[in-house]
Amino acid sequence: MDALGVIFGGVAAGMVLFIVSVGLSVTMGLMGFVNLAHGGFAMLGGYVIVLSMRHWGLPFVAALALAFVVVAAFSAVLERLLYTRLYRAGELDQVLFTIGLAFAMTAAVTLGVGPETQTVQLPAWLRGQTDLGFFSYRTYSLAVIAVGIALVIGLWLGFERTNFGACIRAAVDNRAMAQSVGIDVGRLFTITFAVGSGLAAVGGGLGAEILGLDPNYPLRYLVYFLIVVAVGGLGKVTGVFFAALLIGILDFVLKIYFPKGGTIFIYALTLGLLLWRPRGLFSRKTA
Amino acid sequence: MSGATTAARELARRHRVKWWEPLPWAAAIAVFFLFPNYLGFATQVLVAILFALSLDLVLGYAGIVTLGHAAFFGAGAYTVGILGLQFGWSEPLSGLVAAAFVAGAVGLVSGLVVLRTQGLTLLMLTLCTMALLEQAANMGAAWTGGFDGMPGLTFKDILGLFPFDPIYSRSQYLYALALLFCAFLFVRKLVYSSFGRSLTGIRENVLRMHAVGAPVRSRLVAAYTLSAALAGLAGGLFAQVIGYVNLSVLGLDRAAGILILLILGGHGQLYGAFVGAIVYMVLEHALAQAYPTTWQLGIGILLMAVALYGRNGILGMAQALRRKLSPRAAREGSP
Repeated sequence: MDALGVIFGGVAAGMVLFIVSVGLSVTMGLMGFVNLAHGGFAMLGGYVIVLSMRHWGLPFVAALALAFVVVAAFSAVLERLLYTRLYRAGELDQVLFTIGLAFAMTAAVTLGVGPETQTVQLPAWLRGQTDLGFFSYRTYSLAVIAVGIALVIGLWLGFERTNFGACIRAAVDNRAMAQSVGIDVGRLFTITFAVGSGLAAVGGGLGAEILGLDPNYPLRYLVYFLIVVAVGGLGKVTGVFFAALLIGILDFVLKIYFPKGGTIFIYALTLGLLLWRPRGLFSRKTA
Repeated sequence: MSGATTAARELARRHRVKWWEPLPWAAAIAVFFLFPNYLGFATQVLVAILFALSLDLVLGYAGIVTLGHAAFFGAGAYTVGILGLQFGWSEPLSGLVAAAFVAGAVGLVSGLVVLRTQGLTLLMLTLCTMALLEQAANMGAAWTGGFDGMPGLTFKDILGLFPFDPIYSRSQYLYALALLFCAFLFVRKLVYSSFGRSLTGIRENVLRMHAVGAPVRSRLVAAYTLSAALAGLAGGLFAQVIGYVNLSVLGLDRAAGILILLILGGHGQLYGAFVGAIVYMVLEHALAQAYPTTWQLGIGILLMAVALYGRNGILGMAQALRRKLSPRAAREGSP
């Protein structure tokens, strides 16, 4: 594979990581809640897409939209019923709960669908290669990259230019103060959680070709999502974007050139980055 | 008057042995006679209790949330394995001392680096440290056997008198039990000492501990190092009773598993490690092989229920129940 192909492959992988992890970063930054089951929502989205396309013949884009809506609704219900009870609880109870939820999701999917890896049937217009003039590359990967870029721009605009985004930023910075000025933080949590999980669902489906899709998805990729969120910074969309790109490209390159034990560089790099900037790449303080 | 003296009295009395404290040990000895065919499994439970106890020291008492404690367990296990396979050193007790020492050294170095941070950053740093060790073990296949690990480890007789029993695990069980007992006495003493109380203070209100002049950082590093040494002891014991070391001793599965086990039993409670290990491993042994997927669903729901409705794992739920049923008994306090 030539250098440009490798870089594009890494960027596509990074975009998938970004789409899935951005929701986790925002909810962790906003709610201070350690949600280790976030990968489970991504997995559920992937399964919704696969099953709806297979059994109902839905076209790909419609399936993506359906996954977003279904998983967002499901996560909103979970949040209202269960997650709210743990906001005051310590980190450990949150870890226990979300790991239990991840186990339950994995088992439910295994029981309902089966333990095999699922593949997403890409529509004809996403298969094959696209010629970009100087270079031609897999259409699917280019589409994923395009979605990622559109998402980061959209999210940035949403955070910086809308009232809702301003409320989220306020609540991330200082929840008590935000409540004092009259922001309904509970409703903010639910909506943000739902949108974040919905995005993860889309990421799970879009990324099924790159990350795979099987019942063990939530816990297998948890470490990567956590690394991206920790390095990118809690609640910082642009930080997560660049962290995801970094990890995605690095992992892709390492898989090709150092298949045996290349991940050591990712962990070493994460260690170094977190010691240098504990709050994330673009945080203001250094310690 | 009553509030201060009751509290003082309670503090002075906490370390006294309560009537039910010898019971777990009596039960453990009873298991030796009652379940001779399950001693191999029972030894694994003892190893898990020791490992969970070491995690409780750092998590339940010092309040350091770590997903990477298997790093020290694995360091201990690999020390015993490498000593045995590469250097032909198979005396078990000294192997354990080496394991604890190496793991403690790893804990000291990583603690000095990592304990400068908190929260998610700290969690990720502990995770990365463990993952780094795992990758290093994978790459250093000449020393560690890489992915296949080091099978077929054998050891000399314990104290020159008690040979390892590969079929019924009789001597392994008593060996592990004796070790667990000694380690438990140490942890219990530590937790009730002023060092242990200062750890609780740091966990509950670190600012105030700084304000009263407590050496917070060195206490945390000390606790982390001791906990690492204990975890290394558990890992070394694991290698000795099972005779096989591979990468799984350093994996996230093991670290997450022991964390779940401890939180399930109840952290910061000394006996939470016992309760969690016994409940989790017995259930797993009984159900997981027969119905693996249903087991996973069941354990997932159990964990969610304990997190939602229990204040602090099974022990916490038991105490809440006790407090509801008998307010006077509750005032005697918990371990």
